[in-house]
Amino acid sequence: MHKKKIDKIAGEVRKKIISMHARADASHIGSSLSCVDLLVCLYFDVLKLGNKKQPAAGRDRFLMSKGHAASALYATLAERDLIDSRTLGNYCCEKSLLPGHVTRGCAPFIEASAGSLGHGLPIGAGMALSAKYDRSGYRVFVLMSDGECDEGSVWEAALFAAHHKLDNLTAIIDYNKLQAFGRVEEVLGLEPLADKWRSFGWAVKEINGHDCKKITDTLKRVPFSKGRPSIMLAHTVKGKGVSFMEDELKWHYKSPKGDDLKKALKELKR
Amino acid sequence: MRKAFIDTLVELAGKDERIFLLTGDLGFSVLEGFRDRFPRRFFNMGVAEQNMIGVAAGLALSGKIVFVYSIVPFVTMRCLEQIRNDLCFHNLDVRIVGIGAGLTYGPAGATHHAVEDVSIMRSLVNMTVLSPGDPAETRVCVREACHRKGPVYIRLGKGVDAPVHRQNVKFSIGKAIVLRKGTDLTLIASGSMLSMAERICKKLGDKGLCVRFISMPTIKPIDQGAISDAAKATRAVFTLEEHGEIGGLGSAVADVLAESKNKVLFRKFALKDVYRKTVGSRDYLLKKEGLSEEGITRSIFDYMRKV
Repeated sequence: MHKKKIDKIAGEVRKKIISMHARADASHIGSSLSCVDLLVCLYFDVLKLGNKKQPAAGRDRFLMSKGHAASALYATLAERDLIDSRTLGNYCCEKSLLPGHVTRGCAPFIEASAGSLGHGLPIGAGMALSAKYDRSGYRVFVLMSDGECDEGSVWEAALFAAHHKLDNLTAIIDYNKLQAFGRVEEVLGLEPLADKWRSFGWAVKEINGHDCKKITDTLKRVPFSKGRPSIMLAHTVKGKGVSFMEDELKWHYKSPKGDDLKKALKELKR
Repeated sequence: MRKAFIDTLVELAGKDERIFLLTGDLGFSVLEGFRDRFPRRFFNMGVAEQNMIGVAAGLALSGKIVFVYSIVPFVTMRCLEQIRNDLCFHNLDVRIVGIGAGLTYGPAGATHHAVEDVSIMRSLVNMTVLSPGDPAETRVCVREACHRKGPVYIRLGKGVDAPVHRQNVKFSIGKAIVLRKGTDLTLIASGSMLSMAERICKKLGDKGLCVRFISMPTIKPIDQGAISDAAKATRAVFTLEEHGEIGGLGSAVADVLAESKNKVLFRKFALKDVYRKTVGSRDYLLKKEGLSEEGITRSIFDYMRKV
């Protein structure tokens, strides 16, 4: 898709996220803004979803393992006409079917619920294994956070996927360098992260996770290496798109109010 | 029990290509028959239980029926959150087979003792909990569990293969098996204690007590009707299980009795709420805790004399 158009969609998704969080007074706005470009590229250019109403057996699977960025997924699905935009207004509020963490069943193409970290990659590996067994051509994409890589289950799945040569499995790390209570390098250092994945038998690519052309070009080339699972380390900025939220820990928790809200929406209108 | 499990599973897998078996690097001399016959549907996942449950969830979300196998504490507690979020929340067709009920692995020490698993599994939404008492019950449980909707936990003893049922037994999940109808007292047993319970019934009979003997292979959902009937038909209800005293069969039965209209005396025979630092064989440990044939018979007899 044309770069200008993709950037425009990402802008719309960001505006929706700001409004959703403001209304719901919900946390994790920074985590959501961080992965918008990744989600938009996936849903508008990469994933082969087939029929919108009736998910087909051969559709690509996408797992939002960083389930706390649910607003970004819901807003992207709405922009893609996969859920009704009007339901977004009720996100996290009373009677809402859109919880603060991704929940299967609240919209088509939400393949699995998430919320506790380190669950998506094992589930994705199981789906990829099933595709191999069935000789089905679908691919599985799993979006994880950087803090999520602290979880041992991620590395159990990393061993498993490489051992079984699951080259239909692609992990994406939203590497924004800020986790829940500190900088990644201060809390539990991950570097050299690319080398870690490489040593586990994965094919690794590193890109700027806000450059939509790079994201799409890279994900369209999976598997990066035949016989190996792929991982794309997407270097991102937490809170991307709103100047005062960028790279600020407090926006893991706060939701914008009053002048902050006006300022955020104004910046995104530009 | 393990042989009854694997023989039944091989038979089912021969007819249904959706059946997969995953193991956490255990099952030597048990699982080879499945592995050799269905190599594409057998995975030794390594010593990585969290990933094993997650992969099972991914397979089940793709239409497979998945059995996962390991020793009880590893396949229930090590990966508990995966069981809750990935299997129970999604209500997936994964069957968790835990080997080593209670003190089966007596000499191995407290890490291998299974005394909390039934309590924990029972508390999970959507989970069915099965504890078959002999090879015949095991065969039925595996067959019934295979095509049941949602996650199932099957708890198996090891080396407690004495048959209680003379021939093939028929029951469905959620139903008790009334082995003997009596009027004085009821003894409800499950899992690895079933054959001991049978011997206790005989001893009590010799002492002139008419025992209603019930096997309870399903602990969740518990057969409320069978428990209420027992409370109506007899003066006292006793339960016997190889599990800690909190949250197992006895607790499930007590929940039903507490809300029942029929007043009845109740006593639970279970393992004490402690970790065991002194080890030994299963029989030795059970005896040490008073869970022997003689000990329980005497307790019940004394108890009945007072009421």
